[in-house]
Amino acid sequence: MNHKLEFVDVLAESHEYRPATDLKSFEYSHAAEITNVYPMTEHEHLYQLRIVDPEARSRFTFRPGQFVMLEVPGIGEAPFSISSSPSRHGDLDLCIRHVGTLTNFLARVGRGTRVGISGPFGTSFPVEKMYGQNILLIAGGLGIVPLRSPIMTVLENRSRYRKVDIIYGARSPAELLYTYEYEMWRKFDINLNIIVDHPDETWTGPSGLITTILDQRIATASEGFSGRTFAIVCGPPVMFKFVCQRLIDAGIPMQRIFVSLERRMHCGRGKCCRCNIGSTYTCLEGPVFDYWTVMNLKEAI
Amino acid sequence: MLFKILPKSELAGLFAALSENDIIGPVHKGDNRAGTPLFDFARVTDFDTLRLDFTSTVHSAKRFVLPYRETLSTFRITKDSWEKQVDFNIERPFVLFGLHACDINALNKLDKVLMGSVYPTPYYAAKRRNMFIIGIDCIPLSSCFCRSMGTDTALTGFDLFLTDLGERYFVEIRSAKAFQFLKGLSLSDPADSDHDLYLDKNTAMNAAFVAHVETSDLTKILDLEFESPVWKDWGARCLSCGTCANVCPTCYCYGVEETVALDLSSARKEKQLHSCNLVDFAEVAGGHNFRPESASRLKYRYYHKHRGFVEAFEESLCVGCGRCGRSCLAEINVPDVIASIRHEEMVSDR
Ligand SMILES: Cc1cc2nc3c(=O)[nH]c(=O)nc-3n(C[C@H](O)[C@H](O)[C@H](O)COP(=O)(O)OP(=O)(O)OC[C@H]3O[C@@H](n4cnc5c(N)ncnc54)[C@H](O)[C@@H]3O)c2cc1C
Ligand code: SF4
Ligand code: SF4
Ligand code: FES
Repeated sequence: MNHKLEFVDVLAESHEYRPATDLKSFEYSHAAEITNVYPMTEHEHLYQLRIVDPEARSRFTFRPGQFVMLEVPGIGEAPFSISSSPSRHGDLDLCIRHVGTLTNFLARVGRGTRVGISGPFGTSFPVEKMYGQNILLIAGGLGIVPLRSPIMTVLENRSRYRKVDIIYGARSPAELLYTYEYEMWRKFDINLNIIVDHPDETWTGPSGLITTILDQRIATASEGFSGRTFAIVCGPPVMFKFVCQRLIDAGIPMQRIFVSLERRMHCGRGKCCRCNIGSTYTCLEGPVFDYWTVMNLKEAI
Repeated sequence: MLFKILPKSELAGLFAALSENDIIGPVHKGDNRAGTPLFDFARVTDFDTLRLDFTSTVHSAKRFVLPYRETLSTFRITKDSWEKQVDFNIERPFVLFGLHACDINALNKLDKVLMGSVYPTPYYAAKRRNMFIIGIDCIPLSSCFCRSMGTDTALTGFDLFLTDLGERYFVEIRSAKAFQFLKGLSLSDPADSDHDLYLDKNTAMNAAFVAHVETSDLTKILDLEFESPVWKDWGARCLSCGTCANVCPTCYCYGVEETVALDLSSARKEKQLHSCNLVDFAEVAGGHNFRPESASRLKYRYYHKHRGFVEAFEESLCVGCGRCGRSCLAEINVPDVIASIRHEEMVSDR
């Protein structure tokens, strides 16, 4: 009588390539090449990446607001918001601030470097739902990075949206990101307002807190904000509360205000628990949440 | 499910036959200062060292499906490229000989999040699909509260379940594989008297429970009491040592670390089980920590287990095995914490 248990090969039982359910895809990453590095500020570089396999590149689809996990063997793996337009598929822009092991390593690499990309992960901004509506995009500091993908989407479909505002605050003029694109954004009939905390000699724009500009914008809104406006907000934890409260007071319903939250992430796949807010997985149910959901999350902001 | 009777003398025969595979079971490791025996799961080659009369093990059997440290992938690095190799770290199936109902249920709960939801984990699935589980009944310790958590009986997640009736085992046969393996042993059908003995055993088990947790409306109460000062008191006692998560059969959170060989020819990506009580759990780059105080971390552990998991899977992520309480040097245990949140008298005050 044979009592030997038969080995089960879990992969043989697994289905065809379906990223969210396939056992094979868990630790799979696309080989990607850094095709360009553009230093935007002292601490942030824009990286252009390209998934090497042409078929995988064109099959790579994502929605604005989603993120990828980027890995460099032996150095680390971390989440980064995709900051390019979905129409460019697997040709990705990432804007990365150099703060730790992996990101400081990336600060020193150049064109041609091979990295691994997995994803896209997480929720996104519902840009189609916003057709025919005003959009208010509000970013503080690095918060402009996850907003660049919806901004590009809006630019590519400008006629589908009504008034589009970008309100962007940074600590100083030297820390402003995507400066080379402001001209273009404005040409696409986007009302771009920038404010810095600490102006220098070259700065001619306003200085102060981002809420100053927001208050002015709310005050001058001819038809009010109530029915036809969506807001997208991203910035440091302290910013959310003040900005979102003003938007609510201005009459924008909570379910039309979207925020993108940041948490520590070690898997991006709902397994490591590091990203939990209360007991909600930021990597699965976020990073983009509507504000009603955020209000109902414990310890969110 | 088939019910049979197996004479105790036949068990060694089953063990011997299954020995073609690795067998992991409860063994006696030593005694603590009070003279209480300490058990743990270990590889067993000699049937006489298998202690099916064990109370509870210090560690759960978690490490055989979720090792504390596990390689996720290795990399071969060449001058301008690299290649990734993935191995799920299991070569052959194994037998878990002697799991209590709580620990079987713990694996069933882990299945839900690690295999049953999006992005199933192949490392876990590969091990889980390659285990043969023999359950064994137990008499609870005073710190056990599986009854409160509805995990005192296992309905699924085992191949065989044995209940000790004195001279015989009452055997539940759940899988065809198990049925096959029992062929050739002298099985008989249970008589009415065996049913009686089985029910007596259940009554004895139920009578032995000392600790209880009231779970009704717990998800809402945890929400209501989110700002309760009680959490601060527990936080002040907690050492943030992470022992509770380590011994817990259902804690699965982890961190990922990468290392590179000195000659830069290879690299390794490893995961290590973590604990939400450890200070860096929710710290992000740049130094911001979303849960800087031990109170907020301890609260989060309870919140995840008794609220979040319930919301997602309609059951709690605690099987009431009592291990965390028995291992905690600060004497923090689930029945007391939940009682304090519910404004009830704590067991330790009685
Ligand atoms: C959804 C999301 C989108 C993000 N998008 C961007 C972006 O577009 N640009 C950008 O510059 N940064 C972004 N971040 C933050 C970025 O992930 C961290 O700066 C990065 O993890 C730091 O890694 P490190 O190895 O350099 O730092 P270290 O401090 O050395 O971190 C070690 C490890 O800890 C983890 N970790 C530490 N901090 C964070 C953190 N803040 N978030 C997640 N994991 C962390 C990572 O696993 C990392 O490998 C994003 C974070 C999230 C959650
Ligand atoms: S509850 Fe106890 S075991 Fe858990 S971290 Fe705190 S002191 Fe350690
Ligand atoms: S939380 Fe404590 S009692 Fe509950 S399953 Fe984990 S170790 Fe056992
Ligand atoms: S990042 Fe691991 S669970 Fe969300």
